[in-house]
Amino acid sequence: MLFARLFGALALAGVAFTAQAKTELLVYTAVEADELAKFKRAIEADHPDLDIKWVRDSTGIITAKLLAEKANPQADVVWGLAVTSLKFLAGQGYFQPYAPKGVEALDPQYVDSATPPQWVGQRAWVAALCFNTVEAEKAQLPKPASWHDLLKPEFKGKVVMPNPSSSGTGFLDVSAWLQMWGDEKAWRYMDGLHENIAQYTHSGSKPCKMAAAGEVPVGISFAYRGAQEKSKGAPIEVIAPSEGVGWDLEAFAIVKGTRKLEAAKQLADWSASRKANALYNEGYAVVAMPGVAKPVPNYPEGIAEKMIQNDFGWVAKHREMILAEWAKRYDGKSEPKQ
Amino acid sequence: MAELALAAPRVRPRPGRDERLMGGALALVALYLIVTLLAPLLLMLAKSVQDRDGAWVGLANFSAYFGNPALSGAIGNSLWVSALSTLIVIALAFGYAYALHRSRIPFRGFFRLVALLPLLAPSLLPAIALVYLFGNQGALKGWLFGESIYGPIGIVIGSVFWTFPHALLILGAALATADARLYEASDSLGASRWRTFTTVTLSGARYGLIGAAFVVFTLIITDFGVPKVIGGPFNMLATDIYKQVVGQQNFQMGAVVSLLLLLPALLAFLVERWAQRRQVAGLSSRAVPYRPKPRRSRDLVALALAVAVAAMILGILGMAAFASLAKLWPYDLGLSLRHYDFSAADGGSWASYGNSLRLALYTALFGSLVVFVGAYLVEKSRVARPLRTAVHLLALIPMAVPGMVLGLAYIFFFNARGNPLNFLYGGMALLVLATIAHFYTVSHLTALTALKQLDPEFEAVSAALKTPFYRTFWRVTMPLCLPAILDIAMYLFINAMTTVSAVVFLYSPDTALASVAVLNMDDAGDTAPAAAMAMLIVVTCAGAKLLHLSLSRWLLHRTQAWRR
Repeated sequence: MLFARLFGALALAGVAFTAQAKTELLVYTAVEADELAKFKRAIEADHPDLDIKWVRDSTGIITAKLLAEKANPQADVVWGLAVTSLKFLAGQGYFQPYAPKGVEALDPQYVDSATPPQWVGQRAWVAALCFNTVEAEKAQLPKPASWHDLLKPEFKGKVVMPNPSSSGTGFLDVSAWLQMWGDEKAWRYMDGLHENIAQYTHSGSKPCKMAAAGEVPVGISFAYRGAQEKSKGAPIEVIAPSEGVGWDLEAFAIVKGTRKLEAAKQLADWSASRKANALYNEGYAVVAMPGVAKPVPNYPEGIAEKMIQNDFGWVAKHREMILAEWAKRYDGKSEPKQ
Repeated sequence: MAELALAAPRVRPRPGRDERLMGGALALVALYLIVTLLAPLLLMLAKSVQDRDGAWVGLANFSAYFGNPALSGAIGNSLWVSALSTLIVIALAFGYAYALHRSRIPFRGFFRLVALLPLLAPSLLPAIALVYLFGNQGALKGWLFGESIYGPIGIVIGSVFWTFPHALLILGAALATADARLYEASDSLGASRWRTFTTVTLSGARYGLIGAAFVVFTLIITDFGVPKVIGGPFNMLATDIYKQVVGQQNFQMGAVVSLLLLLPALLAFLVERWAQRRQVAGLSSRAVPYRPKPRRSRDLVALALAVAVAAMILGILGMAAFASLAKLWPYDLGLSLRHYDFSAADGGSWASYGNSLRLALYTALFGSLVVFVGAYLVEKSRVARPLRTAVHLLALIPMAVPGMVLGLAYIFFFNARGNPLNFLYGGMALLVLATIAHFYTVSHLTALTALKQLDPEFEAVSAALKTPFYRTFWRVTMPLCLPAILDIAMYLFINAMTTVSAVVFLYSPDTALASVAVLNMDDAGDTAPAAAMAMLIVVTCAGAKLLHLSLSRWLLHRTQAWRR
């Protein structure tokens, strides 16, 4: 009996101790899974009192989840989600404005213009083509240099692209085409492209992984994934199409009403730091803090110059409309879970 | 003194207390089934006629569904693909069962074992293997004559693979016993072999055929693992629920599709029950067991079929194993274990494998306990007859409820604000409850069968001896039924390891599961790690099965001498 009590007391003390020592933060993210462990380690090394719990899925899924939970938000922080989604959610009053320490050091075009900002940018991810050279040679496909090259009849059934409703990468392609070429021309382009698409995938990485495995010769994906697959030894070339490439900004925001505001602020401060930006640079070539970025191996050359002028405000405002139009036109070819 | 004691009126006979206890236990089981099964399902029915904010909208969700051709087209797709796959499975499984039970082919034990292997794998595995076999880089791509594996072809082949053993078990049971006198009669009446086959063999197995067909049809139309991985642009009902709920967080529309899925499953269930009842009545006590005589032509054809089917099954499993080991398919086929390090893959980890093991163990342990106690009270107690019937009927419901429907119902019920059980949401306990509920029926029926074999005299004698029923239960009933209880635990373990459908809606980051990881990794394009995780599941289930076999053998030896 005594032992039982002693044990009970010890267990209680233990629970109290760990509860005090560690604050669990539920963080919704669309950052690629192979990078998350690294970020968790780095954050927790600098803030041993934080315990980061990732909920990771594709951009569209995380956005839908956040929307569905609007009345009773579960997440404490949204981290590494497309800014076009964040802006859209911010418009619904989802976030707690907060200026992280050192936010002045970031490039102002990557930070919300309100003071204090509702969201803060981390790094940009950029569209790219993954082109399998071995399969291309077998099928005698020319190397595409531009988006319009993909309309050629020899690419019929040879291109895979992410579904913009679920994938942030898919969405930034569509929104870039619309911004570069205007409505009419862009939809005409997509109508043509649709004829050559073998499959719309749920994730933005999958097209590049499929190209890396030779399942299709061309995957419309993003530069980070291409560089990763190439470094692993896949026979692919990572191409930045000549007309210009879409991009989106990964950014973070604190969810309004979180019971762990102080911990969330700690994470926010860390995420705007130079150290964090150096880590962001390990996979992505463009980060929010100027002067930090070093070239990333296997990135397409000159991709930074090809990034389009991106009007996040316009994109966020039209997000739902664009997706509805896209679904109406092309949904038949999507794999499940769009 | 002694005389006085004898003269005193009996205080309260033992059975009274026993009855109260049994009645209480039965009420508990009934409550358990209501909370984990009936209430969630009823709430889901209600959700299909509400909008996102919970207001009554009548049939608006249904008309929205049928108004969208991209969605409602899935009904037709689901129906024809399931029907076609069922046809193929039944034909193959019938031939295979015929080869096993009505011919004299060698290595029957081996063929039987191979045929049951797909039971150990999640339905995602054949689909992944098919990508490697017949995908654009597939080893056997030429066999498709330019058709794409992504779509109905892939779905049909994958579905045939994983439902084959289910059909085989039912048809095997139907063909295992026959009355030799019928064959003699047919022979002496001068009937041709074909006529004997159609009038005796086929007609004897007809209820097995009907039952198997409906079971398989239900399994296929409610499965979403195969179409998810290899369906490509092809929409099916089961993938639509997933798309609506996980992809768009549109739970009401998910409920609508669930209801549509419930209909064929319910129909199949009723037909299967009917066929089962007929089957039992088929064989009279005077029957002479039929033993097939060797006949070269028949045995050769049977052997060819058995070899072909076994080769297909082993080929698909082997392909998945190879895919999980090849360094960089298809460019570097050197072997390595790097895909078994899930840290770089999207959605998988060794932690999820650990979670699956825990889920399977808890489900097996807790599930076989609840199921067996429930079945015992239904079969052996003599209290509250209506309550016993109610528990029995509740126990039959899961058979007709697709896993995804159950999973969705659990979200509605356990995540509802104000539900005192809300704390379970996202935890391991809820996954265990869902998995037990999902596989309750077969476990319950297995337990009932075992209990029915025990003489009711045991209860009568122990009541006369004033032994409390729980002692009889513990000392007699349980030990006698141990083999059946082990079977149930095994069935629950394997299904908990391989299931995706119900749990895919219920896991949280802390309780991610191996089977779900297969799905998510494939989704992100990490096909090789997905194959690796699927193989881990197969190996684990095979290990558990071996353990189960040796344990059963030992038990049979130790405690079941009375059966001999």
